[in-house]
Amino acid sequence: MTAAAAVEVRDLHKSFGDLEVLKGIDLRIAAGEVVCVIGPSGSGKSTLLRCVNLLEEPTAGQVLVGGVELTDPEIDIDAVRRGIGMVFQQFNLFPHLTVTENLTLPQRRVLRRSKAEAGEVAASGLRRVGLVDKAEAYPAQLSGGQQQRVAIARALAMAPRVMLFDEPTSALDPELVGEVLGVMRGLADEGMTMVVVTHEMSFAREVADRVVFMDDGVVVEDGPPAQVVAAPRHDRTRAFLSRLLDPAAGPASGDAAVKAAGPAEHGAAP
Amino acid sequence: MSTASAPRRRLSRRQRARVSRGLQYAVLLLAVVIFAVAADWDRIGEAFFDTEVIGELFPQILTTALKNTVIYTVCAFAFGLVLGLVLALMRLSPVLPYRVLATVYIEFFRGVPALLVLIAFGYGIPVALNTEVPGGIVGTITVALGLVAAAYMAETMRAGIQAVPRGQMEAARSLGMSHTRAMVSIVIPQAFRIILPPLTNELILLTKDSSLVYLLGVTLPTRELAKFGRDALNQYVSMTPILIAGLCYLIITVPLGILVRRLEARQAAAR
Repeated sequence: MTAAAAVEVRDLHKSFGDLEVLKGIDLRIAAGEVVCVIGPSGSGKSTLLRCVNLLEEPTAGQVLVGGVELTDPEIDIDAVRRGIGMVFQQFNLFPHLTVTENLTLPQRRVLRRSKAEAGEVAASGLRRVGLVDKAEAYPAQLSGGQQQRVAIARALAMAPRVMLFDEPTSALDPELVGEVLGVMRGLADEGMTMVVVTHEMSFAREVADRVVFMDDGVVVEDGPPAQVVAAPRHDRTRAFLSRLLDPAAGPASGDAAVKAAGPAEHGAAP
Repeated sequence: MSTASAPRRRLSRRQRARVSRGLQYAVLLLAVVIFAVAADWDRIGEAFFDTEVIGELFPQILTTALKNTVIYTVCAFAFGLVLGLVLALMRLSPVLPYRVLATVYIEFFRGVPALLVLIAFGYGIPVALNTEVPGGIVGTITVALGLVAAAYMAETMRAGIQAVPRGQMEAARSLGMSHTRAMVSIVIPQAFRIILPPLTNELILLTKDSSLVYLLGVTLPTRELAKFGRDALNQYVSMTPILIAGLCYLIITVPLGILVRRLEARQAAAR
C-alpha cells in the first residue's frame, strides 16, 4: 500500500456554513480499484466525491489524485481535472450541442485535439456505449439512459485515469438503469479506477472491489462487498441496508439495528 | 320556457350577455357609419394618402431614411450588446467593486431618459470638454443609445446566464475547462437562447428610439425615417409622409415581432 494511490483523501473536512458535512474522511483508492460509496442521503457521500475533483472546496484536509495534491493552492486545477472524469446524476449534457459535439468540444478546447482526431475519439466512444446511431441527435431527443451513456462517453473521451460517478442511475427510470450499469461494468472490467456513489447494491456487490459505507460525515465501514454488503459489522450499516432492501418495512420495524441507527439519521439530516 | 309563467322575470345570464354584445356591435357600427358619412373623404385621402407626395418620397425614404434608421439601430444595438454582456458578467463577478460598478451603471442609465443622454453626448460633452464623439452622427447615437440599451440588456443577460443550470458549469469544469472557457463555450450560448426574445424586443425599442437622432441636427444624407417624414411634412404640407414613415418603421418592427413570437413558441415546445 505504499505505492502512490490513484486517489488519496486525508482527514477531509467540509462544512457548508455551520453544517459540517464531512467530519474527517481518510480514503485510499489504488489504481484499477472500483470503490462503491454507499450511505443514506445527507451522509456526505456526494460531497466527498465532489471534493475529489474540487467541485467543492474542502474546508480542511488533503486530496491527492495520481500523487498530485489538488488542495495545494498553487495547483492548476483545470490540468488536474483533465485526468478525472465525472458523471453526474442529472447527466449534464450540453443541450445546445449534438451528441458528437458534446464529445468533441471538450477534447478540442481542452486537449487541443484536431477536429479529425476528436471526431475519431468521439465515434469510438459512441461505439463503446452503443449509441453510434445517435451521433447527430441532440440530448433532448435521447432517453435518460442514453443521455447518461453519452455523458460517460464524453468523460472517457478525455482519457481520464480516474472516473467519478455521482449516483449515475438515480435519475433514471428503473428499466433504463441496466444499460448504464452495463457500460460501467465494462469499464470496470477494463481496469479503470472508479469511485461510484450509488444505491445499486447489486452493482456494488458484483462489480466493486471495495464498498465504503458512510453515515453522518464519517466512513463507518470500509471493506470488500462480501463483508460490507453481505455481512456488515456495524449496526448503522445493517440498518441502512435493511431499509434499502425492504423500504416498506420503515424505520419502526422493531429491528434492534434500526433503532440504533435512529439518532445518526437525525444528525445527518441537513 | 319559464318566461310564460313569470312574464316579468329577468333575462337569463346568457340572454343578458347576448343583448350586451348586440348593443356593443350596434354602437360600433353607428360610429363607423357616422364617420363614413361625415368624413370629407377627398380631403382625408389627400392628406393621408396623397399619391403624388408618395411618389416624391420614393426612393429616398428607403435608400436614405430607412437605411439610416437601420444603421443607427444596428450600431447602437451592437455597442449595447457588447457593453451589456460585460456589465452582466461584472454583476455576476465575485469581485465586489465590479458588482458595485455594474449596479451603479445599470441603475443610472436605466433611470435617465435616453433623450438626456443623447443631448449630453451631442452637445454637453462637446461643449464642456471641447471634444466630440468620433464617428460623427453615427458615432454619437451609437454611444448614447448604446449606453442606455446596455443597461437594460445587462439585466436581461444576467438573468439569462443565471437561468442556465449550475450543472452545466460543473460539467464543463469537470472536463478541465477553465471558468472563462466554460462561460464562452457552454453557459453564454445557452443563455443567449433563453434571452433571444427579450433581446429582440430591445431591438424593436431601439429602432424607435433611433428617431431621437433629430436632436443632433442631422443633414440631408443622415436623416432617418422620423426626421425625413417631418421634413417632407413641412415641404408638402401633407400628413402622407408621416404615415408612410410610420409604415416604414413597421417594415422593421413587425417582422421582428413575428420573430419573437416564433422564438418563444419554439422554446415553449422545447421544454
